[in-house]
Amino acid sequence: MPEILITLLTIGVVVAAIPGVCNYLILLERKLSAWMQDRIGPNRVGPMGLFQPLADGIKLLLKEEVVPPHVDKVLYLLAPALSVFTAMMAFAVVPFGPVDDSVPSFLRFIIAPNINIGLIFIFAITSLGVYGIVLGGWASNNKYSALGAMRASAQVVSYEIPLGMSVLGLALMSGTLNLEELMHQQTQGGIMSWNIWFQPLAAIMFFTASLAEANRLPFDLAECEQELIGGWHTEYSALKWALFFLGEYTHMITISFLTSILFLGGWNMPFIAEATSNYPGVWLVKLLVLFGKAFSFICLMIMLRWTIPRFRFDQLMELAWKVMIPLSLANLVMVMFCMQFGFNRWWLFVGSLGLFAAWGVISANLREAELAARPGYVKPKKKAPAVAHGHGHAAGHH
Amino acid sequence: MTETKAKPKKTVAWVEEPQLGFWESTFVPAIMKGLKTTLKHVTDRAPVTQQYPEQKPDLPLHYRGVHRLNRDEKDRVKCVACMMCATACPANCISIEAQAAPPEWPDRDKFPKSFVLDELRCIYCGMCEEACPVDAIELTHIYDLTGETREALMFDREKLLSVYDKTKDNPRDPVRTRRGILGPAAEFASLPTLGPATVVPDSDRSAKNPTAGVIKGSLGANS
Repeated sequence: MPEILITLLTIGVVVAAIPGVCNYLILLERKLSAWMQDRIGPNRVGPMGLFQPLADGIKLLLKEEVVPPHVDKVLYLLAPALSVFTAMMAFAVVPFGPVDDSVPSFLRFIIAPNINIGLIFIFAITSLGVYGIVLGGWASNNKYSALGAMRASAQVVSYEIPLGMSVLGLALMSGTLNLEELMHQQTQGGIMSWNIWFQPLAAIMFFTASLAEANRLPFDLAECEQELIGGWHTEYSALKWALFFLGEYTHMITISFLTSILFLGGWNMPFIAEATSNYPGVWLVKLLVLFGKAFSFICLMIMLRWTIPRFRFDQLMELAWKVMIPLSLANLVMVMFCMQFGFNRWWLFVGSLGLFAAWGVISANLREAELAARPGYVKPKKKAPAVAHGHGHAAGHH
Repeated sequence: MTETKAKPKKTVAWVEEPQLGFWESTFVPAIMKGLKTTLKHVTDRAPVTQQYPEQKPDLPLHYRGVHRLNRDEKDRVKCVACMMCATACPANCISIEAQAAPPEWPDRDKFPKSFVLDELRCIYCGMCEEACPVDAIELTHIYDLTGETREALMFDREKLLSVYDKTKDNPRDPVRTRRGILGPAAEFASLPTLGPATVVPDSDRSAKNPTAGVIKGSLGANS
């Protein structure tokens, strides 16, 4: 089959599948949220509420398209389209299945194969996604929307840096920006060559920063309902609102695939999907392994939503600028050092743990210093309340 | 603030936020602990929600729902059109038109020619029930009141009597006087000094936690 047909077919399948998958992710999110709160969740439409997404979709399609009179019409209509467009574009270079000889020739699990700047492409395109948010907020001509858009832009711009820097070390180590190549390197070596062993800190930072990029809780300050009604999509309804959510959930899918591919070895799984496995239908197993990894990341995101309360805006900025940027920079320098002097890659594991510990010590001491600088601060006694003069014990800590 | 540093006052409990140690500063144990809690709720699922239309709520016995007008033992309306409920009503939702009672009804002077209660204006406070000297108006357990027009929810005398016919045999809506006759006010007998909003059986939750409106055991119990 000619290359162009395969590409068109893949695009068709992906573009058709993503809205459906997003719809069902919303159901999953609602169900999981309900279970975590000891509720049952949607259970009216179809068995166990399985047709709920269809009902929601039909509702959103048939709903009246309200365009408020006070908006800038062109930008207002452009914003949700831009949001979905960028999210879908970013997915183009993400291999969502095995990309090797085991796959039948008429299937291809990546829209645009062999893009050697894949990672950079993703970061470039996803950061364009903030335009959708900013335009939507600005064009809505509503103070809550504008506030949400401002927050979103500040947040995305800040988290872009640790997001990019955390994978720079990975790119240096692997010597490529091509996502298929990055996956290939890990799958050839088996579980002990997964990048998470060499870049555990980067993996955590990447995941955290991408949560912030996708405006997921605990970083959803741009649309927090309690303060900003809906943030930038306050004035949107029906399908235009749905498009924003489609963009957000597509972003989630992309992040989950990226994290699995960059740090968790892509389709590689001991015993069932190794580089040497060669049984009929192995490509399907590989596909399912990668899907399973991505799915667990999505579940983790939903779980985190109900675990961590939303950050305050200053805390959000502090986390980006005071913690993640210095840490990712240090991580990058560490990788450079190791590569330059030819140390074993396992030293990176030790180094990452060291960096993590250093961060803990520094931030604990900083916090203490900050508290001590407050007027009227009385140093609390250490854990044993029986000791009347606990200051001596505490002083030894510094 | 500086004064408190010198000597915290004895009456004020001065609480400093606890110092963060190494692990607290890394957030990791806190997040793990939180995730564990969240996960526990997912895996050991015990939904506490009530599946409403299939599963009806178990309301407390002093629940205040739609009103009814009680009948006496001769199936006449008990109401004597004294206007006490209309006067007591804070929402002003009761309008009564009185008429002189026929001579064959020696136990009263008046009866309501029309008795209209606007269920939409009513705030279900139960003050009409408290005010009624002959225990004619009572609040029932009916909570799912719906209507297609506002007029449909203006309950007149016949409608209120039909609510009585519908609910009188329900154990949750007992007729709260022991007799079919009008009540103590009509007999000019000595009145109890303080009546409860609702007489509740001893097993009811409200009886165990007496509130100002619920007084256990007076006026005799139905339980």
